[in-house]
Amino acid sequence: MTIHFVVHDEGDSVGVVVVEGLTASNRINGWIMDQDKMIEFDAKSDIPIGHKLAIKAIKAGDTIMKYGIDIGKAIADIAPGEHLHVHNVKTKRW
Amino acid sequence: MAMNLKGSSFDGWRRENGRMGVRNHVIILPVDDLSNAAAQAVANNIQGAMAIPHAYGRLQFGADLDLHFRTLIGVGANPNVAGVVVIGIEPGWTGKIVEGIALSGKPVEGFAIEQNGDINTIASASRAAYKMVKHASRLRRTRADLVELWVSTKCGESDTTSGLASCPTVGNAFDKLWENGNTLVFGETSELTGGEHLVAARCRTPEIRDQFQAMFDRYQRMIEANKTNDLSESQPTKGNIEGGLTTIEEKALGNIQKIGKKCLVDGVLDKAEAPTGSGLWFMDSSSAAAEMVTLCAASGYAVHFFPTGQGNVIGNPILPVIKITANPRTQRTMSEHIDVDVTGLVQKRMNMDDAGEALLDCMLRTADGELTAAELLGHREFSLTRLYESA
Repeated sequence: MTIHFVVHDEGDSVGVVVVEGLTASNRINGWIMDQDKMIEFDAKSDIPIGHKLAIKAIKAGDTIMKYGIDIGKAIADIAPGEHLHVHNVKTKRW
Repeated sequence: MAMNLKGSSFDGWRRENGRMGVRNHVIILPVDDLSNAAAQAVANNIQGAMAIPHAYGRLQFGADLDLHFRTLIGVGANPNVAGVVVIGIEPGWTGKIVEGIALSGKPVEGFAIEQNGDINTIASASRAAYKMVKHASRLRRTRADLVELWVSTKCGESDTTSGLASCPTVGNAFDKLWENGNTLVFGETSELTGGEHLVAARCRTPEIRDQFQAMFDRYQRMIEANKTNDLSESQPTKGNIEGGLTTIEEKALGNIQKIGKKCLVDGVLDKAEAPTGSGLWFMDSSSAAAEMVTLCAASGYAVHFFPTGQGNVIGNPILPVIKITANPRTQRTMSEHIDVDVTGLVQKRMNMDDAGEALLDCMLRTADGELTAAELLGHREFSLTRLYESA
């Protein structure tokens, strides 16, 4: 079975796409590394390899969690399965 | 079965000061930008001599000049170097670098261009290089315990696969090397931003933690004083963003995976400073790949681990750079740059101990003489760190 995305920790807001050519509407398999669990999801955007998808509903202003740690804040609402990157998330530093 | 590093060994060169090197370079080292042409002419004359041109060395002063001298002396004294010919525009600073390298006990000679001209300088320096390469070619590798191998790390053109897999691979190997008693280093002060508390928590004593925090805070003040935006496209870089990294915090948390789960930070180093004992050292340094790897070479490290996501192609003139990727697209499109393929990690075809051992196996082969991808492709990036403007 192909793993389409990987999540560091089950408390995280995001997963990382690890295959090329992922398009919206794909049914995709995710692996949560720290808990060694598999999840299934529908991609809602075309997401390049290495880029992230939201795995839960996120509101503008919410903290984004990855590795179980704060990596920045949302500047727009993001639905589960949507592409999450510099257009909707910013650093809290600098 | 887990690899047992106790009793592992490698075939390297024992230098006059007792250090073990894994390469046997004779280098032609310019003191300053003006001496690059003569240095390159000498390397053209004598097969087996390598010029290391660079951009600086004039009108520097204070701490910036000290760093210039420390870096060039450290590179000359590195155990991967058998002998050094130093060429400068004038004899004073040339002599300082010769004297510094001579403390290591290895062959070193200096030549100054003023009152001689390039042609006479090149002739004299070529004769010295001829003798030095002859001498180096007579030296033989000898067996040494793995504990004598100094290993540095820094990642580059990182993406999300770096934090998922290639940096944790280095972390797995570093945990094993640290338990074995090896001398290790990591750095990239600005690129810990968002995860600095995790590094601080790993410092072995409160004193080391305070030293680390002071270095981190100073770097932050420098960024705050000079920034014109949130540094997006500089840190993270355009390449990082293309690879899916969104914020400095995300990049830093991936970066920090390189120090594994068990290693403690045993001390801190200024730029290009040599460690005084074994263990894991933090070096206050730039996060730019060539600057950081050059500083590792100057601190005396003999092998470097370089995880990459999007495919950084860096090498160094004297320090073999081992590249590791977990990005299947990078492995597909740029495999000639990659020494250790850990793409299996993200598909659960490989576990982290397998990946760490694949890297340690590559490290031992490299130490024994196998060339890295960067060495085969002629990557010799040598970048000096500057602290401020020239006088």
